[in-house]
This record gives sequence, structure tokens and C-alpha cells, in this order.
Amino acid sequence: MRETLRAALTIYAKDVRLELRTRETLFSVLAFAFVVAFIFTFAFEPSPQLIASIGPGIVWVAWIFTAVLGMNRTFLLEHERGTLDGLRLAPVPREALYLGKLLSVVTLLVAVEALMLPAFLVLYDLSLFNVWFIAVALAATVGIAAVGTLFSAIAVHTRAREVLLPMLFLPVALPVLIGAVSGAREALDGEGWGGVGGWLQLIIAFDVVFLVLSSLVFEYVLEE
Amino acid sequence: MTGAWRLGLLLVAGVLVLIDMYLIFGYAPTERSMGNVQRLFYFHVPVILTSWLAFALAAASSVWYLVKRERVCDRLAYASAEVGVVFFTVAIITGAVWAKPVWGTWWVWDANGTLTFVLWLIFIGYLMVRAYAPDAERGRRWSAVTAIIGAATVPFVYMAADWWGGLHPERVTGPGAQGSLEREMLLTLLFSFVTFIVLFAFLIAERYALRSDEEAVEELRLAAA
Repeated sequence: MRETLRAALTIYAKDVRLELRTRETLFSVLAFAFVVAFIFTFAFEPSPQLIASIGPGIVWVAWIFTAVLGMNRTFLLEHERGTLDGLRLAPVPREALYLGKLLSVVTLLVAVEALMLPAFLVLYDLSLFNVWFIAVALAATVGIAAVGTLFSAIAVHTRAREVLLPMLFLPVALPVLIGAVSGAREALDGEGWGGVGGWLQLIIAFDVVFLVLSSLVFEYVLEE
Repeated sequence: MTGAWRLGLLLVAGVLVLIDMYLIFGYAPTERSMGNVQRLFYFHVPVILTSWLAFALAAASSVWYLVKRERVCDRLAYASAEVGVVFFTVAIITGAVWAKPVWGTWWVWDANGTLTFVLWLIFIGYLMVRAYAPDAERGRRWSAVTAIIGAATVPFVYMAADWWGGLHPERVTGPGAQGSLEREMLLTLLFSFVTFIVLFAFLIAERYALRSDEEAVEELRLAAA
């Protein structure tokens, strides 16, 4: 267990270092998220009443598209430079690789989401600085990353990578999206645990099941 | 299953379908409030339950494949997925055609409808993984993973969509039913179930056999190359 964790952290540290040196993924993904959020302002002509009802939906559609884009790159470098073969040969448990990559994905998504908060404030006058909203968003991000990391390891090897990842990932992640949007709406309506709690529990249950299951089946994805 | 068996199954399925058509259009009474459109229900309910069965079969054989690595399980999973996509499509279309005159809308995102739609998408994803995988062996493994992950999401989709709200007719028969159907209607529905299960079994057997042939041809081609 400790060895798994250490190996996972090593892989995570490698990803963070790489990203800090190149700053490639974060900024390209963030730019995309801004464009999506910006486009929505013209699609809906946001008025305060409209934002109250569709605001959480806009936020999550922007985030989930961004997540798909970002997760498509999860294993891209490994795939292109043959790092995956090296990692496969490394004498560490397979779960470590999954866990390390999962941490990288969660970090990337949380960073993008956090940097998007001011954009939503400016574009839609939508203040998302709410404890319950953030709790739901964090839990949902873990669920998204749990499923997305697994499927991106499959999609990266295929010809239709850009299509395959959303095709596999979005239907499976639907409960998280429903929970995230509904929980966000409750939170922004000023509800506390009473309104948000049920959704939060659903998302956390999803996180636990898919973290365990994905790390178990990851070995079948990687195997050569 | 040999060719003779499959031919026998086809004959049985053919006869059952004919009798079923008579029961649905001739024997079952016309429903009072919905009229003739209610007859779609004898297609919709059995087809949807059969497509859920197809998904369960695909998921179970996928687990079995990853554990045992027997091609038998993989062919079964593949056949279920392909036949399942067809059944899901029919279920979705009949459901929409029925819902439009009765509920005034083509589609309602209640728990059953959402689950059906999601499973349909997952099956399509399953077939896409196969089609795009760099080689057949990885295609088998990855699609098995897809089916297993898809199966795990079922209770979550159901609960999330249920809380999210929607309407669907109450169950009309079996445990937990509110009212009860006319005897003729119930008989027709049950007969329809049997018919579609047999039809499904035939299609699976046929697709399975075809799959074996496809794999044999592929191996010959590789050996010749």
C-alpha cells in the first residue's frame, strides 16, 4: 500500500513538474473553457432570472467539455513518447499508475475550475463562492476524473481518440453531472445540507465505487 | 449451437411472432382511454426488458472474459451488444411514438427512460471501442472494461434520474403493481415477453455463430499474410 502510494506520487510529481515547465495543458484547456463560457453569453442573452435557472447548467457544461479536452491529453505524452511501455515495465503495482494519473487529472481540473470562477462572476454575475457549491464541485470533479482517467487510457490508443473519450465517458458520468448541476442549483438557492446533502452523498458514493472499480480494471486496460 | 438448432429456433420464433401479432392486433381489447396506440405497449415493454437483459448478459460475459480469457465469453458479449443496440433502438422508438399522443411529448427523462438511453449510448461506445482498437485482442479487453464500467453506473443513473424527477406509467403487472390489467391484455403481454425472448435468443445464437466464422476468416487471413 505504501509502495503504491509512493509510486503514484512519483508519477504525479513528474506530471506536475512537466506542466510547470511547459505550461502547455493548463493554459490551452483554460483558454478553451473561457471560449465556451463566452459563447454561452451570446447563446442565451443572460438576464438575472435566466441565470438563476440555467447558471449551474452553463457552469457544468463548460467544465465538463473542458474536462473532456483536458483528459484527452492525460496519456497523450506517454503514448507519443513511448513512456507507457516504460511505466508498464516498472516494478510497481498497476494501481499506482492509475492513482498517479488520477491525481494529475484532478489537479488540472480543479485548477481550471478555480480559475474559471472569476470569469463566471464577470460574464454572468454568478457568484460561485459558496461552501456547498464548492463541496459539490470537488466531489464531482473526483468522480469525473475517476472515470475519465480510465477511459482516456483506452481512447489514447485509438484512431478516433477525440470522439471515443466523450462517447465512453459522458454517459457513464451522467449521474455525476445530474448531481453536480442539481446540487449546485440547491447551493446557489441558499440551501444547506438539507438541500445539497442528498446530491453530495450520491456523488460521493459514485466516487468511491468508481475509484475502486477503475483501479481494479485498469490493469486490463494497460496489459500488452 | 449447430445450424439445425438455430434453424429450429428460427422456426419457433417465427411461429411465435405470428401468433403474437394476432394476439396484439386481434385478440387484445382496445384500451379505453388511449385507444389503439396502447397496443405499442405489447412491443415496448417486452423489447425494453429484453434489451436490459442483453446489457446484463454483455456485462456478465465481459467479467467472465476478463477472468477466464475464453473467446466464448467474448463472442457472447459481442453478440449481446450488437443485438442489444437494435433492441434498445426499437424500445426507444416505440416508447417515443407511444408517449407523444399519450403524454403529449416524445420523451420524458424519468429513471427508466434515462437509464435506457444511457445504456444504449454505452452499447454504442462498446461497439466503437471494438471498431477503433488497434488490434482485436485489445478491442476485446477494452470493450469488456467498457461494459463492466457501464454496468456499475446503472444504479447511479437510475437514482439520479429518479430524484431529478419525471413520470412513467405505474407498473401494471407483477409485484408492486397498482391496478391490474384485463385478463386478455395480461395474456397478450406475457405471450409477447416469451416471443421477444425467443427472438432475442435466436438473434444471439445467429450472431454468435457468425462471429465465430468471422474470427476463423480473420485468422486464416492473418496466417496467409
